[in-house]
Amino acid sequence: MEYLWAFIIGGIWCVIGQLLLDGTKLTAPRVLVIFVVTGVVLQALNLYQPIVDLAGNGATVPLPGFGYNLAKGAMEGAQKGFLEAITGPIKATAAGVAVAITFGYIVSLIFTPKSPKR
Amino acid sequence: MANRKIGAQTVQLENRPYIIGRGNIGGKKEGEGPLADSFDQILDDDMFGEKSWEKAECKMLEAAMEKAMMRAQLKKENIDIMLCGDLINQIMTSSFAARDMHIPFLGLYGACSTMTESLVIGSMLVDGGFARSIIAGASSHFCTAERQFRMPVEHGNQRPTSAQWTATAAGAVVVSEWPHAIAKGMPVVRATEATIGKVIDAGIRDANQMGAAMAPAAVDTLLNHLQDTGRDIDYYDLVVTGDLGYIGKDIMADLLADAGLDKNKIFSHYDDCGTMLFSKEQDVHGGASGCGCSASVFAGKLLKDMEQGKYRRILLMSTGALLSTISPYQGESIPGIAHAIALEVE
Amino acid sequence: MALQISEEKNKEKEKQKKEIGKAYGKYAKQFTPRPKYFSNSVKAFIVGGLICTAALAVQNRLQAMGLSQKDAGTFVTIGLVALAQLLTGLGIFDVIAKHAGAGVIVPITGFANSMVAPAIEYKKEGPVLGTGAKLFSVAGPVLVCGISAATVVGIIYWFIEKF
Repeated sequence: MEYLWAFIIGGIWCVIGQLLLDGTKLTAPRVLVIFVVTGVVLQALNLYQPIVDLAGNGATVPLPGFGYNLAKGAMEGAQKGFLEAITGPIKATAAGVAVAITFGYIVSLIFTPKSPKR
Repeated sequence: MANRKIGAQTVQLENRPYIIGRGNIGGKKEGEGPLADSFDQILDDDMFGEKSWEKAECKMLEAAMEKAMMRAQLKKENIDIMLCGDLINQIMTSSFAARDMHIPFLGLYGACSTMTESLVIGSMLVDGGFARSIIAGASSHFCTAERQFRMPVEHGNQRPTSAQWTATAAGAVVVSEWPHAIAKGMPVVRATEATIGKVIDAGIRDANQMGAAMAPAAVDTLLNHLQDTGRDIDYYDLVVTGDLGYIGKDIMADLLADAGLDKNKIFSHYDDCGTMLFSKEQDVHGGASGCGCSASVFAGKLLKDMEQGKYRRILLMSTGALLSTISPYQGESIPGIAHAIALEVE
Repeated sequence: MALQISEEKNKEKEKQKKEIGKAYGKYAKQFTPRPKYFSNSVKAFIVGGLICTAALAVQNRLQAMGLSQKDAGTFVTIGLVALAQLLTGLGIFDVIAKHAGAGVIVPITGFANSMVAPAIEYKKEGPVLGTGAKLFSVAGPVLVCGISAATVVGIIYWFIEKF
């Protein structure tokens, strides 16, 4: 059951993204921004946690999940104090961002651009 | 003085300059398309043995020019002026090519209309006696243009159905006052009239709708050309636009029919280089685009067909979409431009 | 006075221009093939769903090995990011994305790809101002908007907590 929900919720986020890409003039970077901010806002309203409880990775792997983690870090930090509220978002996502930057940089330095195969 | 001007926008090239050399080169994908036979050289690798895409494009332009000069049996020293352009910021491809060629150089930017722009100005220079022989060309490269104007090649985005594929190609022709390279009695192509186009803005803001953005400019230039010269579209065996692609070609045909031209004549006398370079199976969506598209098709297939007697008169109209890397983000619309040059076999 | 009139005229001209643009855009749309909404969405749904399901399977596996839920989740994210970036470097990601579309763009893989793609392309411009700067040309806005929004949320929650 858990797997089914992960599949469905993850799939639905992707369909929304696909419809935004096909149906509007929004480009991929804008869609990414919209999704992350949506995740932040939904979690701030305490609406994203139930989706995560239901679908697990189906809700955390799509980009709104990144926004959810940022907001969750902020909200948990806010209970401890002002500074923790500010450092919370980055702390909560630090591992992923650090790897994305470091590994991404290494990959970019190793590989050369290719002519498209498609 | 200005007695060679006819009508509102057209000039008559009284001395009818000769097109005595042509050269073109295409990338791997272009070499897999329907026009493969018409290329002088096809690359196995779009990097062309260079270290960057920009260097590769520059080398392609030079290769096309060398070939054109070889056919014209002229050396660099015999070429008075080199006129060319491309799509890269501040036309560095052409400037670097001119640095290597060491020929007096006029760099031009007309977006994808550059091939006709350089040919028009070059023919006028020869016709007016300001130069004996000139070389005109243009180039584009998928990888240099795509990363500048749209998204990085490796980025996982889907291309919209209207998006066009920038051709990795270059083409060049030598225009001269005398056909030294061509044996007596052999067919020779001459430039007869040229129409300089206006910038027409139909208000398209989508950088993936280039064909639609440029079609009104092409229509405007063609109608003005026909009016200035008092001709009908069937005077030409072929009226060929640069890179309107499938969508732009349909719009152009529709707008021409609206303007009162005969539908059958449009159908049988009009085509677009952007729909000729690739086949639909090559998954290029809206067709080909880029300076290199009309340059390589003209300097290859079209001139070859004229030499072989398939066409006697052609009107070449390269079309350009005028945008920069930032103008669409500032909410500006994308105006278009098209120039036309009439060519005839003698 | 005269200046005012010309300003008004300009405004009217702008408006007219916009209307022409709109009408022509509509006209041009008739000639444009429509995207395959349905099949694109189905592909995105299946691929996106599978990525999430696979992530969950790995997460469960890690948790069974004794990791906390939070740590396991972090490792899953790291794994997805690294995999997507490697595939981008190998030139495979864009081929997959061509078919799967949002199915690989919306999961964290799309974010990872959007960092490497421009960075690799601008390699010739040097490791600092080329690769280093371009790593953030697409990911930058995402981080800026996401972190700013979350920080604002944190401050608001702190206020609520405090008073």
